[in-house]
Amino acid sequence: MSAVRVAIAQCAPALGAVKRNVEMHRTWITRARDAGATLVVFPELSLTGYYVKDLAADLACSPDDPVLAPLAEASRDLDVSAGFIERSPDAKLRIAQGYWSRGKLVHVHRKVYLPTYGIFDDGRYFGPGDRFDTFPSAGGTAGVAICEDLWHVSTPYLYAIAGAAVVFCPSASPGRGVAEGGDLGTAESCRLMDRFYAQYLTVYVVYANRVGHEDGIAFWGGSEIVAPDGTVVARAPEFDEHLLIGEIDLELVARERARNPLLRDERDDLVLRNVAARLGLPLEHRD
Amino acid sequence: MTSALVRTGVIRPDPHDASPLRIDEVLVRKMLVLFIGDETVKAGLKRAVVGVSGGVDSAVTVALACEALGPQNVLGLFTPYRTSSEESRRHALELARKLGFALEEVPITAQVDAYFARRQDVHRVRLGNKMARERKSIEYDRSWPDGIVLGTSNKTELLLGYGTQFGDMACGINPVGDLYKTQLREVATHLGIPEEIVRKPPTAELWEGQTDEGELGFTYAAADLVLYHMVDRRLRPAELVEHGFDEKLVVRIRELVRRNHYKRVMPLIAKLSLRTVGHDFLYPRDWEAD
Repeated sequence: MSAVRVAIAQCAPALGAVKRNVEMHRTWITRARDAGATLVVFPELSLTGYYVKDLAADLACSPDDPVLAPLAEASRDLDVSAGFIERSPDAKLRIAQGYWSRGKLVHVHRKVYLPTYGIFDDGRYFGPGDRFDTFPSAGGTAGVAICEDLWHVSTPYLYAIAGAAVVFCPSASPGRGVAEGGDLGTAESCRLMDRFYAQYLTVYVVYANRVGHEDGIAFWGGSEIVAPDGTVVARAPEFDEHLLIGEIDLELVARERARNPLLRDERDDLVLRNVAARLGLPLEHRD
Repeated sequence: MTSALVRTGVIRPDPHDASPLRIDEVLVRKMLVLFIGDETVKAGLKRAVVGVSGGVDSAVTVALACEALGPQNVLGLFTPYRTSSEESRRHALELARKLGFALEEVPITAQVDAYFARRQDVHRVRLGNKMARERKSIEYDRSWPDGIVLGTSNKTELLLGYGTQFGDMACGINPVGDLYKTQLREVATHLGIPEEIVRKPPTAELWEGQTDEGELGFTYAAADLVLYHMVDRRLRPAELVEHGFDEKLVVRIRELVRRNHYKRVMPLIAKLSLRTVGHDFLYPRDWEAD
């Protein structure tokens, strides 16, 4: 069986209330398990809320903090990907997405691209992550792109050339753009990204967005799973809480890559040489 | 379902093309109903209080509130001064009947006149400001203990500063503050607000014969288009003039936006200590208890 049942918890975290959010996570994890999922993905900062401002320091914890223990515990039944504020040993605060499996935290991605413009102020309160590492997930080799990370083309690209079959994108995307004749502006952009990356990098994109309001800003939901052939496997409604279930089929990844071998033919060595030359970095030449 | 083709083509700043202001009313309605419901609960409250003037801004606000919280949790306050028109009363009553919320009439003539009785040469702007603040103090009083005061200032008024600070501009939350007047009328029609209310000339009724457009010296239609390109699409005033917008209008609007910005922000606090409210003590308002 190559197909894996994945759940997205399109929830509305309480802003600044970690204990309540941990309880909320347990409820959704139970629901996902009952729906037969082997993995449940929560949105960005699902354990703290998004617009935390000065609360960031109060809510931050190390990945082995007892407050996160219930997530590790719950991951004995199914894998859990959830968002928290990580305080590093040298007291830096980062937006993090943990991946718990079989009772243990097995991977943490720290948001690299911190939007600090318009309605966003991430860079004021957080430091950036500096790695895009793939890891083995229940849905195959995976990479995590937290919200703005995905808006940078290089992020899913780096994951795809490193062998990822799936890109998880936990988000806290505020809905805006209500012009006539289209979808919600943000929804249009996100769906375009999800489908483009999925189809042209031949990966699954698992986009987990939250709902609810924080200080007048509405998070629009619309979570979705898009397959490497561009098919929308499943899509949640906009603005409402929803447990979305869909399948990731690694056989489909293989079939799609056979049909459409863009990744096989990708010249990452050329990309590297090009970038290295532009940055003036020495690059060892091997024949 | 509107065709995606409507959006094809470049949005050009054109004083004769109001189409960029068009919005998806179904989506806006959904977002605003959820906003009122969610933010009322987050404030720990369950009712809404709306000053219902008989005009279109408060009509849209009270209709959205009824949809979000149920009409039984919405209190409308009609607060006439002696210069207020009978038509306004009729429209307020019509809305209450149609939407099913409780409407109370609380006249403000006695207290406003008593305050100004022994004062000479009171400028009508002072009278208008006093009335606006009197009304708001009543809305806040009637919001106790579990109600939130809803704001009814639209985006055009907020940007132009066409309102009384701590008067009609005061509120707990404002569902219509990101809708230009033109857009708000679109939403009103979608919500089934009677056409007579949607189309009548906007007035604060602060004195007899006052209309917003007469006082401002330009129409909402013209102002909205200038503001849309200037604010939403970030065009500079000079660019708007190059595209055929009236220079006097553009300059006047730009100056109103600048001059009245103080009304849109919290009062300034003198920075002294290591951490100061409003400067570097920055917490979300929707900060929830664990």
